[in-house]
Amino acid sequence: MNFTYWSWDTFFDALPFVLQGLGITVGLTITCYLFALTFGFVWTFLRRVPNKAFNWIVTWTMEFIRSTPPLVQLFFIYYAWPMIPGVGFALNPFASAVLGLGIHFSTYVGEIYRSGIESVDKGQWEASRALNFTTLDKWKKIILPQAIPPTIPMLGNYFIIMFKEVPLASTIGVAGIMLMANTYGAQNWAYLEPLTIVGIIFLVLSYPSAVLIKKLEVKMNTRFDKNAAVKSDQKGAVM
Amino acid sequence: MSEPIVKFQDVHKSFGDIKVLKGINLDIKPAEKVAVIGPSGSGKTTIIRMLMTLEEPTSGDIIVDSTNLWKMEKKGKMVKANEKHLRQVRGDIGMVFQHFNLFPHMTILENCMTAPIHVKKENKEEVRERAIQMLDRVGLGDKLNNYPSQLSGGQKQRVAMARALVMRPKIMLFDEVTSALDPELVGEVLEVIRDIAKHDDMAMVLVTHEMDFALDIADKVLFLDEGVIAEQGTASQVIEHSTNERLQGFLHRFRR
Repeated sequence: MNFTYWSWDTFFDALPFVLQGLGITVGLTITCYLFALTFGFVWTFLRRVPNKAFNWIVTWTMEFIRSTPPLVQLFFIYYAWPMIPGVGFALNPFASAVLGLGIHFSTYVGEIYRSGIESVDKGQWEASRALNFTTLDKWKKIILPQAIPPTIPMLGNYFIIMFKEVPLASTIGVAGIMLMANTYGAQNWAYLEPLTIVGIIFLVLSYPSAVLIKKLEVKMNTRFDKNAAVKSDQKGAVM
Repeated sequence: MSEPIVKFQDVHKSFGDIKVLKGINLDIKPAEKVAVIGPSGSGKTTIIRMLMTLEEPTSGDIIVDSTNLWKMEKKGKMVKANEKHLRQVRGDIGMVFQHFNLFPHMTILENCMTAPIHVKKENKEEVRERAIQMLDRVGLGDKLNNYPSQLSGGQKQRVAMARALVMRPKIMLFDEVTSALDPELVGEVLEVIRDIAKHDDMAMVLVTHEMDFALDIADKVLFLDEGVIAEQGTASQVIEHSTNERLQGFLHRFRR
């Protein structure tokens, strides 16, 4: 049987058109990720404020953001936010997407930071105190340099997860590869080829990233095991 | 008689319902070497942890160099000290921990340099020189660029001492510094402490189970029992002439 649905002519016609959106897609991913990495710290430190009521509010705000679909959040920021009198103002699609996806993923990133910080031995805090570090230096020189490296593989995974969520931004008009493919499809009544291209692009970009992160994970694990071995040595000596 | 550099005045400490310290009164003179002995759970470590500002006393006053450590004056009233006040007073005190608490992401030289540079804002080259000198003194001059994970327990503890000494404290606290070590590594650490005790003129407070060692270097021995100082005096007073039965029992277990 002749496979009439697929046309290589269409494929190669659509390819440059779809690729026009690649810069936006990659740019949006990186911007969102940087936003999430930065804003993640805000959550982490807000949660550390020693006030029960405040803590409760922060925890539930994070929970709320995580339990709501990112698509709803995007629509809210792009369509609903400007309508709120007083505080609302309109943002362009790209900025809305950065804010929406960035905040959504920052709650996950914040949790990862928290797990990293909690894995730092209590003795490190006490030694920082005994050596009279300021609070800022304690975080900068002692705690974060130990807390963050073990979380790098996890943070990397979220980079890929977020990359795959970025096409959502096409729904509010960010002209990434997804919107370009959709536009091509609508104009030429040919969706199969452009959407296949989108799939291939995601595969080509995510797979190497995943391999890289896997390597990083192995590296971090061996490092972590070494530390674990040292720790169990100490315990042995106590007994 | 010189003024005490550390004074405890009726200091109490509870953890929840458990009263760990029940009224500690104590004077430590500059350059005095004080050994704190006693059964585990008697509150020995809590005493120096309060002095290092790692635990807050439930009541009472701790005076360091004529300044109240945990309280400060505000509008004519004594209120709980803030971090700024604590930092000011804490600067005179150094501590060595049972589990070393070296910074694993730094070489041992960096471990010794980071606080003088970032906390005391000293000149980096001077600090480097002093840190190398200090690491030489504790016998680790050939390991400057090693990481803590590459050292034995005894070596780590000697680095921890160098790290505290580089800060030039007026008071050094030692919290059971040999308890986490393999028996064959205890000697090298005690040697370093003995050297410090002999040559440096800072006050030292040692919480220890190394009885013979403590008695050897200490000017004053405190026997802590059930949250109070049950006996204190010179080593010979406490060991040989005390009639305190619990102290006798305690010592007996150590000197079979």
